[in-house]
Amino acid sequence: MEYEIIIGLEVHVELSTKSKIYCSCTTDFGGEANTHICPICTGMPGVLPVLNKKVVEYAVKAGLAANCSIAEYSKQDRKNYFYPDLPKAYQISQYDLPLCQNGYIDIEVEGGAKRIGITRIHIEEDAGKLMHDENETDTLIDYNRCGVPLIEIVTEPDMRSAQEARAFVESLRNILQYIDISDCKMQEGSLRVDVNLSVRPKGQKEFGTRTEMKNLNSLRSIVRAIESEAKRQIEVIESGGIIVQETRRWDDQKGISYSMRTKEEAHDYRYFPEPDLMPVVVDEKWKEEIKRSLPELPDARRKRYISGYGLPEYDASILTGSKALADFFENAAVKSNNPKAVSNFILGDVSRILNDKGMEAEDIPFPAEYLARLVKLVDMGTISTTIAKKVLEIMFEQEKDPEAIVKEEGLEVVSDEKALIEVVKKVISNNEKSVEDYRKGKDKAFGFLVGQAMKETKGKANPKLLNKLLKEELEKKNL
Amino acid sequence: MFTIRKGIYMKVTKETIEYVANLARLKLTEEEKEKFIRDMENIISYVDKLNELDTSEIAPTDHVIPINNVFRDDEVLDSYPKDKMLMNAPSKENGCFKVPKVVE
Ligand SMILES: [Zn+2]
Repeated sequence: MEYEIIIGLEVHVELSTKSKIYCSCTTDFGGEANTHICPICTGMPGVLPVLNKKVVEYAVKAGLAANCSIAEYSKQDRKNYFYPDLPKAYQISQYDLPLCQNGYIDIEVEGGAKRIGITRIHIEEDAGKLMHDENETDTLIDYNRCGVPLIEIVTEPDMRSAQEARAFVESLRNILQYIDISDCKMQEGSLRVDVNLSVRPKGQKEFGTRTEMKNLNSLRSIVRAIESEAKRQIEVIESGGIIVQETRRWDDQKGISYSMRTKEEAHDYRYFPEPDLMPVVVDEKWKEEIKRSLPELPDARRKRYISGYGLPEYDASILTGSKALADFFENAAVKSNNPKAVSNFILGDVSRILNDKGMEAEDIPFPAEYLARLVKLVDMGTISTTIAKKVLEIMFEQEKDPEAIVKEEGLEVVSDEKALIEVVKKVISNNEKSVEDYRKGKDKAFGFLVGQAMKETKGKANPKLLNKLLKEELEKKNL
Repeated sequence: MFTIRKGIYMKVTKETIEYVANLARLKLTEEEKEKFIRDMENIISYVDKLNELDTSEIAPTDHVIPINNVFRDDEVLDSYPKDKMLMNAPSKENGCFKVPKVVE
């Protein structure tokens, strides 16, 4: 039987505020254990949390960027559960009145765009980190992350494959980076994904029973966890079993998930309004203010790259798929007067080098202006495209501008006729067979001879001039 | 899970007490359970009096104090010294709070 996979996501994103959500401790990552804590974030008796205004602004930004309606009135609630990562024995979150609701994000999938619904976005606090000691009888706790502000983004069950889920997370991450509210570093846990998944026979209307996989922290593990869990559920159903609603832990190393079901009954969080915190009112004026502070979002930017810079749809999509890459492109494009050539360099050699080095666009070690200048060098005929690739490699290694590299390495195009004629003569006398072939009318042989001459000049020969001189020299021989 | 619906008097059973005690991680003796059944019933029937009032025109109260938007600016101040934070911990190791092993 053919099955359909139904996926909904819950994405937790750490906001990049300087201080925590309810106290003035730093949110810096790392740091010695338990040095970024105070009586408030560890829930000592008698303390009073006060909401960080920036958290509301950032969450509203996320809501607006994800096309949500922003609640004029919202409140915070206590979610009660006992687990030592949470010293208060409750997490402050939002229950029935979240800040943002009913939005959507469009993703690119095979065969066009697809709209993924956003159920809600709410604010809450992060928990501490548990570590098991060597003898495995105790658990050690570092509360530095406790109270770091989070938004939780809950989607509708609109995704139908691991690829769609991946595309959604990539789009979401891109948007959040554009609006600059989180660094979204999955490996550091600042963007974590829970996957809700069920399967149903194709054509069936009702959803099947779903399971939840928690805290997936890389795109790769999201894809693998989804594929594995879908397969598991289908196998259970095919063999006559039933799916149990449960939380499962994904083991990325072993590539399998485990049931996390404990003896206890299902969680009953007993939410109630947080009495220490006042309701949040986002009036029209404040909402408009935040809206005006939003930068251009990926979709708008993509369209502008097509209409403004005349880039093909393909180039524009890839460039705007990462804010850092798009910024880099734009900074170079405005300085070069040749946006398409800049785009070609970025999508070609720059991306290749980044890939080889395992680097991201934000790690490019030279300013965008250098790329603009490199393009100019090619446009002015100072260096050839082949040499430009070489210069680019060096720009990744050394802190030098392209002109300096060209000069130091002696890479300028050789347009000196005398010098080139010498090269041409040498190539002709060394390649009698090809000269013969050329005379017999083989065009390929001409290309080969050009290649040899280029090699001789280490790629520096002015290609037009070289072609002309070689042709002339061969004609002479013909006579 | 159970909910208290408007106008429906809820009977507190031993199971209810055991369920709530488990959520609160409380170990109760049989006598205590009996006592809490009576206490809880009293509390709930007391609160149930509210249902005699017509509240259809009254918005739900999310907070008893009519103040909104109490914020602080996003400013970092010094955290507490680690030693002070760990001072009252019943058990600690390597600058961390220590608890019996937990696996969810
Ligand atoms: Zn604190």
